[in-house]
Amino acid sequence: MSFNIYDLTSFTEWIHNSLSQAMSPGWVTVTEMVIVGVAFLTFYAIVGLFLVYAERKVCAFMQNRLGPNRVGPFGLFQTIADLTKLLFVELVSIRKADKVLFNLAPFIVIIASFMAIAAIPFAKGLHAIDLNIGVLYVLAVSSLGVIGILLAGWSSNNKYSLIGAMRSGAQVVSYELSVGLSLLTIVVLAGTMQLSEIVEAQRHGWFIFTGHIPAFIAFVIFIISSTAETNRGPFDLAEAESELTAGFHTEYSGIKFAFFFLAEYINMFIVASIASTLFLGGWMPLHIGSWEGFNNVMDFIPPFFWYLGKTGFIIFIMMWFKWTFPRLRIDQLLKLEWKYLLPINLVNILLMALIVLLEWHF
Amino acid sequence: MENVLNSTVEEQQEYIINMGPQHPSTHGVLRLVLSLKGETVLSVEPHIGYIHRGIEKMCESITYPQIIHLTDRMDYLSAHINNEAVCLAVEKALDVEVPERVKYIRTIMAELTRIQSHQLWWASFGMDLGALTCFFYGLRDREKILDIFEETTGGRMIVSYNCPGGLMYDIHPNFQTRVKEFISYFRKILPEYNQLLTDNVIFHERSKGMGVLTREDAIAFGITGPSARASGFSCDVRKHEPYSAYDKVKINEIMYSAGDTFHRYTARIDEMWESMNIIEQLIDNIPEGPFFVKMKPVVKLPEGEYYQRVETARGELGVYIISDGNKNPYRIKFRSPNFSNLWVMNHISKGNKIADLVAISGSLDLVIPDIDR
Repeated sequence: MSFNIYDLTSFTEWIHNSLSQAMSPGWVTVTEMVIVGVAFLTFYAIVGLFLVYAERKVCAFMQNRLGPNRVGPFGLFQTIADLTKLLFVELVSIRKADKVLFNLAPFIVIIASFMAIAAIPFAKGLHAIDLNIGVLYVLAVSSLGVIGILLAGWSSNNKYSLIGAMRSGAQVVSYELSVGLSLLTIVVLAGTMQLSEIVEAQRHGWFIFTGHIPAFIAFVIFIISSTAETNRGPFDLAEAESELTAGFHTEYSGIKFAFFFLAEYINMFIVASIASTLFLGGWMPLHIGSWEGFNNVMDFIPPFFWYLGKTGFIIFIMMWFKWTFPRLRIDQLLKLEWKYLLPINLVNILLMALIVLLEWHF
Repeated sequence: MENVLNSTVEEQQEYIINMGPQHPSTHGVLRLVLSLKGETVLSVEPHIGYIHRGIEKMCESITYPQIIHLTDRMDYLSAHINNEAVCLAVEKALDVEVPERVKYIRTIMAELTRIQSHQLWWASFGMDLGALTCFFYGLRDREKILDIFEETTGGRMIVSYNCPGGLMYDIHPNFQTRVKEFISYFRKILPEYNQLLTDNVIFHERSKGMGVLTREDAIAFGITGPSARASGFSCDVRKHEPYSAYDKVKINEIMYSAGDTFHRYTARIDEMWESMNIIEQLIDNIPEGPFFVKMKPVVKLPEGEYYQRVETARGELGVYIISDGNKNPYRIKFRSPNFSNLWVMNHISKGNKIADLVAISGSLDLVIPDIDR
């Protein structure tokens, strides 16, 4: 069997065919689900740990420090050591806390992020579920996480946690609109909600280039509002440690805290993936008009690395402004959304509709 | 104000939060009892005394040279200036004229202390607002001053460099070159501070018009230091009642009139520039001569009351000594700037959000051991 790294469809089909020869269709589905589940669990853990490491390194370089550099080469195993430590930390039970909700909350947060990752096209053919409403699905699932945060704040029996959770609720509900509308701008341009088709439509140019100014505005708004949605600085009001100690996860310890922590990084990874899929062409290589030689060189890089590179670039931007900006205040945060981003977005989507109708796009 | 903590939740309509004594943004063991309505602060009730060590009482049983070492522990960021205050009071009481060299060195060290204190304040103020990178920038540059201190005095933060009648030791031979190096370095770095934090739009939004303190209120509450000067209250002791070598230099008193968080911030940034100007006027002209006056082995103050005030990095520090003629004071009282500055918090942060309260308390630049003593 030969499979090429530029098109993984043959690889996934080969797995499916070999399984079909060995067992009945029902069992094939079950086996495939297990394979995909295990693959995602592994991927999830690796991405989570690596992003924690990356953030520590990035912030260290922003702040004139070295960052982790003792455990393993370049400190790569530092996060693994930290996670191992977190696994063994005592799970402190809080008096008068709502036990059921308190224990449920981290799982909701982590499950929401886990569900969203399934719809992301990693490379050609490497796509767990290619829903025809992929954009809608990701939006719906990724906003489930806020329920976990609200529950965590409510059930902790801690006033700081409650304030943090309420802030987070207000924030996610508001910024969800901007995220949705900026993605809709691209849906209007692409004419489909299926993520694989959106990527395919960018074969001859990424939407951020072909979509004129509206696509660029949508990209900027998406980056801002998705940072807010993932509760990261400068919008990290939900955990604002100088005001609320640690916000909604103040009372959590050990692996439950690690769940919140990992989910934050995975959420960042998901929004970066969505941004790269919808605006930067997902796993599509960079093609410039009729530069044949250049395009061939770009095609030589496997799609998965294109995808990782773009996602990594957006993650770096998000880390960059986390470590250089001061935090907003809650009323300023909501003002930014309702007074500026939302109206701009609405006008933007109209503009995009006009451009598509008049066929001005490239 | 009635103690809100004694009433039950049903009785009170507000949401009561205990901020501190262990909280990241109270900069020590200050406890603030906040009553909130949603995010809005209705009242702030500061509770102090968590780091009370009885320094004033302890001073009554030790000799004057020993008192110097306790004053380091009050406002640990202005350690040198606290030392100087006690020394000046004792010298005033004994009518001792210290050599010119001592005056110059004391002034230079005091201004270096002011710069490093403001650097640390800038670092932690950025952190209060959520700009974490500021902390490392501030501490990186503060390290350079601490190295200068270490070379000359042997201590980094708790310097104990003054003694009644002069200085503990002469300056290190490298002192002048290193101070000059630092100033030329810091003149280049300070604009970077502005690029990182001051020019940020979010920072302007967060600080402008927040926690406005009027000139009248500043005087009524006894606010001193940069916090008062940002409100337009001219209270710089260095200018109005010069001590040490401040009468030999040209001081430009930093004054603003708006009195909000932003101007308390800019006042401190400008003070760092001004301190560098003062040091530059003195550093090349340090006169030769002895670095102390020969004093009696046991310092006994004549009977009477003595007062000396100095300008620390946070405001006016007053030392009030009552002597009964013994080798230790009958009573010593420190008028510490932070104690007065703290109580204005309820007045200026009412009606603002929790996040603003953190910014306001950061802009007042409180050092808790100085409040409790």
